[in-house]
Amino acid sequence: MKVKYFAWVRERVGKAEETIEPPATVHTVAELIAWLSSRSEAYAYAFEKPKVIRAAIDRAHVKSDATITGAREIAFFPPMTGG
Amino acid sequence: MASPVTCSVTIRIQEDDFDIAREIALLTKSRTDIGAVVSFSGICRADEDSANIAALTLEHYPDMAEEEIRRHVDEAISRWPLNGVTVIHRVGRFMPGDNIVLVLTASQHRQAAFLAAEFLMDYLKTSAPFWKKEESEAGTGWVEAQARDDEAAARWTRS
Repeated sequence: MKVKYFAWVRERVGKAEETIEPPATVHTVAELIAWLSSRSEAYAYAFEKPKVIRAAIDRAHVKSDATITGAREIAFFPPMTGG
Repeated sequence: MASPVTCSVTIRIQEDDFDIAREIALLTKSRTDIGAVVSFSGICRADEDSANIAALTLEHYPDMAEEEIRRHVDEAISRWPLNGVTVIHRVGRFMPGDNIVLVLTASQHRQAAFLAAEFLMDYLKTSAPFWKKEESEAGTGWVEAQARDDEAAARWTRS
């Protein structure tokens, strides 16, 4: 699946997007965050406060307990500050 | 019997500036059913928490930003009798005084237009995927989300 990062999450991870293949044991957004955090210090820093991180699956907002099964695109970003 | 209200919708995300008078003219062009247009523009401010802002950069999540705005425009149309809605959000780097966002709502009467404009702005601030980065004399940093914006959006939640 494709993963996109925005704003300071993007800066901390060090890339805007990538394609990942998480293990089958990763079912939810929260589990994906935990798995990503275990990959390197950069990810651990980006996701150090998982409750602050917002997520979207296929361009719609989701909560951290949402299932990632079948997702084509998952995005992680800080709370929004537009307008 | 009154004919059903047709609502024209324009949603644009662009780097270029917008012309408010032109957008209002486009919204009301050759229509005689509109009695009220409310216009809200968000402008880049020079000071934020007593720091002088030199510039503001707006980043967004393309595709989702349009879709998220459309979801809220559709909800506004379902809640109020609107004849037209225009939402334009700029992205890129801005100086104090530059336009950032425009919301126009048109209706037969003013109340629906006022309420829908406020509803759309409250949701744009808290749920449309845009992020602001500030450059000031204190340095460069991402703008933090404000609890008061979440509270403003929460009051529209239907129980």
